[in-house]
Amino acid sequence: MSNIPSELKYVASHEWIRVEGDGIVTIGVTDHAQDLLGDVVFVELPDVGAELAGGDEAGVVESVKAASDVYAPLSGEIVAINEELEDSPELVNSDPYGDGWFFKIKLSDTAELNDLLDAEGYTGLCESEA
Amino acid sequence: MGSKTALYEKHQEMGAKIVDFGGWDMPIHYGSQVDEHHQVRTASGMFDVSHMTVVDVTGTDAKEYLRYLLANDVVKLQEKGKALYSGMLNDNGGVIDDLIVYLMTEPGVSGEWFRVVVNCATREKDLRWMADHTVGFDDVALTEQPDLAMIAIQGPKAIELSKQAVSESRAKLIDQLSVFQGLESEGWFIARTGYTGEDGLEIMLPEDEAADFWQALSDAGVKPCGLGARDTLRLEAGMNLYGSDMDETVSPLAANMGWTIAWEPQERQFIGREALQAQKESGVTDKLVGLVMEARGVLRAHQKVIVDGVGEGEITSGTFSPTLGFSIAMARVPAATGEQADVEIRGKRVPVRVLRPSFVRNGKKVFD
Repeated sequence: MSNIPSELKYVASHEWIRVEGDGIVTIGVTDHAQDLLGDVVFVELPDVGAELAGGDEAGVVESVKAASDVYAPLSGEIVAINEELEDSPELVNSDPYGDGWFFKIKLSDTAELNDLLDAEGYTGLCESEA
Repeated sequence: MGSKTALYEKHQEMGAKIVDFGGWDMPIHYGSQVDEHHQVRTASGMFDVSHMTVVDVTGTDAKEYLRYLLANDVVKLQEKGKALYSGMLNDNGGVIDDLIVYLMTEPGVSGEWFRVVVNCATREKDLRWMADHTVGFDDVALTEQPDLAMIAIQGPKAIELSKQAVSESRAKLIDQLSVFQGLESEGWFIARTGYTGEDGLEIMLPEDEAADFWQALSDAGVKPCGLGARDTLRLEAGMNLYGSDMDETVSPLAANMGWTIAWEPQERQFIGREALQAQKESGVTDKLVGLVMEARGVLRAHQKVIVDGVGEGEITSGTFSPTLGFSIAMARVPAATGEQADVEIRGKRVPVRVLRPSFVRNGKKVFD
């Protein structure tokens, strides 16, 4: 069974969200997602400063198996991206909730946080897809 | 639930992720497909390929039957154990399957017989086709060998480590094998063949001995590898995958398999010969080429290839090449395609180089 930390929030497209305070959240893909993807070989991330609405395409993860879109789970401005992933995309596999993070968003509407899944809800979702 | 090989429990024990592969539950990887790929290029890895179909062809007409059935000519096999790669074609010259055939005896002796290894996904149609075309031959018997397990050990250290995992007499036999030759030793068939572009062995052995041998190889330091790495390794080596790079609708002349057609002697009639001859005379419209994309991104099967002023083609197999660090592919394109093309990736045109489909051999890049 994949690792689903209880302190994080989730969306059905298999991204996790960590609330950092000051209206900033960190986004990555879940352990379940990296396991489905297989070895990640490229990650394409949005530009810092980009304004995205929740559900917008924010990048692409290419694994040996397939290309998958990454979506912005929440609306706001991209304030940081994980530049380490350019040279070390395998961090997405080895440390999906840590060094394998994707980008940070400064939220335009913190109320959107209420729509996210908690760990229990996301666990249920993964089980229903299995 | 698919069929399981004799090694299924070993795979689970070693942490394999199991997927369906042509009706078989097979390991796709044991953790990281890319690590397993590097393992084979730099040291050695082992693959369970027991799902492959083994058919023995015996009888006094065995040789003449195979000379009719296959586009390549088994008469080229002039030493015991020698192997030949061939297409098995239909009347239109389309590829029913690609296969390896071994001469199991000294050439030309009475009792001369052959062993054919075909793909697993094509097993039923292959067996039917082969059986149907024994008509007209008085003495040919086809005997499938479903109780053989098959393990491929590949990589620069494969032979050295395999020798540590077998009996003394088998180790001695391994030392005698030339490239593309397989011989029997104490009930095992040991061949110096493979599907990775590295030196190595493919060993067929009784199912009930497979798990112990797998363990002995592991103890000798050979790492288990899944079918994921097998696919990236064969693509780097420029080896076709049946069903992706060619099928019944594709001529071997449009699948980089022209070298496997034995045109001489001209009086040899083989299935598909007339169709191929006609294609050759009227001009083959397509060819299978290699593509290299050094920009970021990954070439994938079915992406469109655009050749300005010439036409369009399609990627048949594409992947990220772990050895090279960028993406490679095989593509079927118009015959007039030169050295440059574009691939449409997610709505964008990306330039690629076009070259002969061979990218890595024996751990090294093989193009400039």
